[in-house]
Amino acid sequence: MLKLKSIHTKYGNIEALKGIDLNVKEGEIVTIIGGNGAGKTTTLNTISGILKPVAGEIHFLNKDITQWKADKIVAEGLIQVPEGRQVFPNLTVYENLILGAYLQKDKIKVSKKMEYVFDIFPRLKEREKQLGGTLSGGEQQMLAIGRALMAEPVLLLLDEPSLGLAPIVVQNIFKIIQDINKTGTTILIVEQNAHMALSIANRGYVIETGKIVLEDDAKKLLTNDEVRKAYLGG
Amino acid sequence: MLSSLFQQFLNGITVGSIYSLVALGYTMVYGIIKLINFAHGDIFMVGAFIGLIISIKMGTNFTLVIFIAIVLTSFIGVLVEKIAYKPLRNRNSARISALISAIGVSIFISNLVVLINGPQNESYPQLLPNNILQILIILISIGLMYGLYYIVHNTKVGIAMRAVSFNVNTARLMGINPDMVISFTFAIGSLLAGAAGVLVGTYYRAVDPFMGMMFGLKAFVAAVLGGIGSIPGAMVGGLILGLTEVLGVAFVSSSFRDAIAFGILIIILIVKPTGLFGKKTKEKV
Ligand SMILES: Nc1ncnc2c1ncn2[C@@H]1O[C@H](COP(=O)(O)OP(=O)(O)O)[C@@H](O)[C@H]1O
Ligand SMILES: [Mg+2]
Repeated sequence: MLKLKSIHTKYGNIEALKGIDLNVKEGEIVTIIGGNGAGKTTTLNTISGILKPVAGEIHFLNKDITQWKADKIVAEGLIQVPEGRQVFPNLTVYENLILGAYLQKDKIKVSKKMEYVFDIFPRLKEREKQLGGTLSGGEQQMLAIGRALMAEPVLLLLDEPSLGLAPIVVQNIFKIIQDINKTGTTILIVEQNAHMALSIANRGYVIETGKIVLEDDAKKLLTNDEVRKAYLGG
Repeated sequence: MLSSLFQQFLNGITVGSIYSLVALGYTMVYGIIKLINFAHGDIFMVGAFIGLIISIKMGTNFTLVIFIAIVLTSFIGVLVEKIAYKPLRNRNSARISALISAIGVSIFISNLVVLINGPQNESYPQLLPNNILQILIILISIGLMYGLYYIVHNTKVGIAMRAVSFNVNTARLMGINPDMVISFTFAIGSLLAGAAGVLVGTYYRAVDPFMGMMFGLKAFVAAVLGGIGSIPGAMVGGLILGLTEVLGVAFVSSSFRDAIAFGILIIILIVKPTGLFGKKTKEKV
């Protein structure tokens, strides 16, 4: 479904991605784990068209999307939940969700989708008229995921959904991510919280300083000595 | 005395509501691309001249004149954005480059009008009935501002405008095309300026190619007073400036007229740099 071939991305002169190869198959949950500054966010933003790679190719649903603009990529069903949630603090919960469905012209579909999101996150329904900025961290993460669901993702990219959240909230969020996957949405999730991500994923990649250094079934990565040492606290 | 006070009050609100219309253009563009669009005053002047030309060629039907004027002015505003600002933005130029470009556009537009029509004042036709002129100007301004408020708060593109002003990249992740939203912002801001131009023309019964300078600067002061980036701020800032100016002239001295606006600017910058409705913004890195 998604294929990256030798992707190189630069910030000015700094090469943040030095040849990333990865693929995600339909129906999977795939994770990329790696430490701070390894290139996880850069990878997702390159896929989403926010950053343009200097070399390499990205294919999604058999189309070469390497040079596509971000809005066209969204229209194709490739949706990202960005790092730090990036809920619009100056917009209400309702308005944030509406923007998630920005490209959907059919109003009836939009309101059906919103009901669906409120079913998954009843908390958002209660806070519908509140400004995004007034929500707690966990609620903001729910809103960010709900907003992405409004776009009817074919492939959902999640950038460190566990960042800054209490363990109990993290578990809840990951449970919901699994549920979303069960409804047929393919998922690519990048995390520093390797344990959590690997425990729900089918396959995983390990990224270090802009390169994929390891790739395996998630279960095997969980028991891999190097991974345990570097990312799972021994 | 009382009726004279009332008259001055009315004068102040009339001028102030037109300041508000122009201030909105400054504040909306600043809100979305953090650019002080120095050419905005000249767009306002162009609006006034378009109104003049239409009323000479097609008659002094106010509705027709203002309609054509706002459509064309809006178009010119979008054109300026596409030619002078967008290429810089796409190249990630420093903010100061766009500012310099804006000053260049300002000089270009006013001199273009001089080139076409000469530097002289032109007298402006009477487009609205004289006895209720001020009331109509105020009502039209309020109507336009309500329209703007409605768009920003109740339409998808309005929500998108607020999203882009918060974070362009996150907005793009929603499928928003920021260039489209920015063009729309210039279209609306210029439309309001075009309307203001026609209203000023018909209120003072005269226009000239450099009228956009001082009027634009004052409207900018109004936007800063309200808190640049804030839409209600621009509305209130315009009214306060108009009232202060008119009352200051009436009860203190007419030689103070321009000093009042810039005095307010200095006081605001010292006392509350974020303006009345402005929020403290952390500089994004
Ligand atoms: N906007 C930027 N400008 C310059 N360098 C950046 C920028 N964003 C990230 N980097 C650098 O690129 C590398 C990868 O960053 P990032 O993709 O954010 O890592 P991660 O998401 O894995 O923490 C880091 O070395 C980081 O310092
Ligand atoms: Mg990151």
